[in-house]
Amino acid sequence: MTENNNNDNTGDGANQRVVGTPTDTADVVTEVPAGAESEHNGPYLASETHPRGEEQQRRGEKIASLWFILAFLGGIGFIVSYFLFPPTAEGPAIADPQISQYSNMLLGGTLTVALFGIGAGMTVWARNIMPHYEVASPYDEMPSKEEEKSSFSDFFMKSADESGITKRPLMRRTLIAAMLPLGIAPIVLLRDTGPVPGDLMKHTRWADGMRMYVEGTHRYIRAEDLENDPYGMISALPALNDEEYPHGISLNDQAKSVILLIKMPEDDWKDGMDSPVREGSDETHLNWTHQGIVAYSKICTHVGCPAALYERTTHRILCPCHQSTFDAADAAKVVFGPAHRALPQLPIGVDDEGYLVARGDFNEPTGPTFWEYAKD
Amino acid sequence: MSKTTQAPKALRGVGNFIDDRFHLAKTGEKNLRKVFPNHWSFMLGEIALYSFIILLVTGVFLTLWFKPSMVEVVYDGSYERLQGVPMSEAFASTLYIDFDVRGGFLVRQIHHWAALIFLASLVVHMLRNFFTGAFRKPRELNWIIGVLIFALAIVEGLFGYSLPDDLPSGMGVRILQGVMLSIPLVGSYISMFLFGGEFPGEDIITRLYMLHVLLIPAILLALIVAHVFIVWIQKHTQYPGQGRSEKAVVGTPMFPGFAVKAGGFFFFTFAVIAGLSAFVQINPIHLFGPFTPTSITSGLQPDWYMGFLEGSLRLFPNTLDFQIFGYPILTSVLVPGLGAMGLLFGALGAWPFIEQWITGDKAAKNMADRPRNAPVRTALGVAGITVYGVLWLAGSNDVLSETFSISLYLTTYIFRVLVFVGPVVAFIVTKRICLGLQRRDRETLEHGYESGTVQQLPSGEFIEVHKESSEDTVAVLESKPVITSTALEEDATDEKGVENPAARKPMGKFRRALAHWYTKDNVSFDGVQAHTGHHLHHSADHGDDKAH
Ligand code: HEM
Ligand code: FES
Repeated sequence: MTENNNNDNTGDGANQRVVGTPTDTADVVTEVPAGAESEHNGPYLASETHPRGEEQQRRGEKIASLWFILAFLGGIGFIVSYFLFPPTAEGPAIADPQISQYSNMLLGGTLTVALFGIGAGMTVWARNIMPHYEVASPYDEMPSKEEEKSSFSDFFMKSADESGITKRPLMRRTLIAAMLPLGIAPIVLLRDTGPVPGDLMKHTRWADGMRMYVEGTHRYIRAEDLENDPYGMISALPALNDEEYPHGISLNDQAKSVILLIKMPEDDWKDGMDSPVREGSDETHLNWTHQGIVAYSKICTHVGCPAALYERTTHRILCPCHQSTFDAADAAKVVFGPAHRALPQLPIGVDDEGYLVARGDFNEPTGPTFWEYAKD
Repeated sequence: MSKTTQAPKALRGVGNFIDDRFHLAKTGEKNLRKVFPNHWSFMLGEIALYSFIILLVTGVFLTLWFKPSMVEVVYDGSYERLQGVPMSEAFASTLYIDFDVRGGFLVRQIHHWAALIFLASLVVHMLRNFFTGAFRKPRELNWIIGVLIFALAIVEGLFGYSLPDDLPSGMGVRILQGVMLSIPLVGSYISMFLFGGEFPGEDIITRLYMLHVLLIPAILLALIVAHVFIVWIQKHTQYPGQGRSEKAVVGTPMFPGFAVKAGGFFFFTFAVIAGLSAFVQINPIHLFGPFTPTSITSGLQPDWYMGFLEGSLRLFPNTLDFQIFGYPILTSVLVPGLGAMGLLFGALGAWPFIEQWITGDKAAKNMADRPRNAPVRTALGVAGITVYGVLWLAGSNDVLSETFSISLYLTTYIFRVLVFVGPVVAFIVTKRICLGLQRRDRETLEHGYESGTVQQLPSGEFIEVHKESSEDTVAVLESKPVITSTALEEDATDEKGVENPAARKPMGKFRRALAHWYTKDNVSFDGVQAHTGHHLHHSADHGDDKAH
């Protein structure tokens, strides 16, 4: 078939084909002759190539072209869909989630058609027009010949000796020494990426007398609120009013000081409540409650998800991340799951006006357990 | 061919321009002639490559609008439901991409789907290489590059997932920070330095962004280029068959056949990703809402490739935690959070060398193994998949517990058992299947295949007629390598009855035990001749037979 390509040396210059123009072979029917094997049909040995019959090639061309036309239409469709819905407008605009969905489907659908059409067309082309053959190509012998290797190592060692690096240890060692500080420098430069932990993670802004807000609101909480709460549980934050933050409290402070307030009948307390809140402390977990209300850190001591699920009947707090389960009636001890330690507890009471307040900071650092959490 | 063909003038001009400057004609031709074996499983790596390209292109598009900033703003954009809600600029700008940029939603979806498919194709591609022994010499280093790509891709995906700062993504970052904090001695320092202070701080998105769009993609790109380049010079492995050998690779040349097929395949891959993005919505961050450290929804599912870590965090109990001098050693976080990753990538990276140490086989291997012909390796691989699968399922035990109405804690206990029992069962079953297939192969080789035609013998007995297998099948069957180990040869004492000293040391003994385990069960094809209907010794089921 190369004969028909018009780009062999014998052809005169005027007949040379420009890339991208169709060949003039379409009307030359070349049914594969029986002896095709002996003729040259491609860049590879005749014995290796199996040209497709002209009939098949023609059909292939038609089908491939159909796919390409479909792809073309898909591409046009994509551009049209882009302009169909403006970002914001009186009428349908993508600002509306529903329209945004439609827009997404239209754009994505047309894009899919365009891409699929090209892929399918190319596959048809490869399967029906290109001759099929497999050729063999030798794997390279990996190891070099012995002579090559020894020649290389001779050269390398001679040159190294020539440079003096092997014979001048003082120079060699001082050079290495000179590099060392520079190697460490980039790590030193990272020092200012953050503060050293120090005590930062050990304290929160809860303090004696600080009132609490229902999480997400600016509403103070009274003890009675818990009686009426259908879940017997309220998620609360310290009543801070930092101007810079939309919520009046930074995310950092939210992350470490959020608490669960839980109310339960006082008979339900278990023995753990009588143990000291900290080693050597004479305060007990029970002392830190107020009329059956207890406040625990809401942040799981495993790796820090909010332990937000509370089951009123069993007094269990469940962290949805890895299902650490804490017994709210028993000083929030871990009863199941991977968490290392109980949820920290916040001492609470009420102020003169009857609002719930903190009586100090947590007994332990809140959040995921870390190496030095138990040290002062 | 008597006539020399020549390229059209325009092409020749370009070619000469380049060749005048780089002297590339010969190299160029050699590379156009590069041979690509034809097998569907060789396309898995291509999917990975193409989805990576898609990730690069769509990622750049997203950077045009995405603001990697944690400054809290009150949203006042097009999406009505969240108006007035405080959120980070990162989240607000992602909403902007969704609801103010035409095609933005689509490109985000494509980026995310491409990430899922990228990781999935990496895994499957890696399994193909494992089960066919394509990691063996001389390709060990490329295997290791592959493992690095896989590890980095997971990190890259996790960081990308974190960028929009929506509720689930923020939870992912929180878990990451919790895992960091568990590291003995330096955990809190690492966390403080990475986050620029306490969690969540105001820097983390900016920093993850830098890692996600610059540092990690650059490293990934370099690794992927190196990976493909090495395949290019070492050439592909190939499956056994007629005319295939260790010496030469058989397949379609780069130009024109492979180029067109691969080009088409790129478009198919992209079409599938685009189709999914159009019709299967993932990560609708506008429904999740912005991250706050205090709230969570249950049933949160991370991207699939993080599932096994999530699962191992769920399964590992706190009973092995202990204290030294009042400092906690948090095995409940360290083992599943870091150990699981370390074990996965460590084992993958080390396996080529372990296998080589066991067998002592230092020869270069260009022929892919049929998985059944390396039963222990295959069984180990399936056992590995089983552990991974159990952990992965355990990552959604809450969903499972709800769907099947079993107690949540019970699912945990079941998974804890399965994680140990599963791989053992998988190993045994897989090995059996492999040996069964080997036996069937030997049958086929000896008797041909069962034609399905039943014939009655003059004696009245019915038999099924066996037909001769094709030459290709015979070549495939006869390619079965004999699995031996040099350790077993060392086993033997020499003529004077002196034991090999290396074999007596504990390491030598250990190696010999492993070698025995690795080679002992194998159906020997010794003396089997194609279509003879019999083979020389029927009892040669044991690898030991080969050791004499
Ligand atoms: C292996 C490569 C990559 C993976 C696995 C990956 C993965 C992800 C994922 C899962 C997301 C979350 C998408 C979502 O919101 O649903 C994401 C977001 C993003 N990625 Fe990538 N990505 C890769 C490469 C890149 C590159 C090379 C760039 C830029 C040059 C980029 C730019 C971004 C940006 C700007 C976002 C945030 C915007 C958004 O979430 O809408 N990514 N990436
Ligand atoms: S974060 Fe609560 S169980 Fe893991």
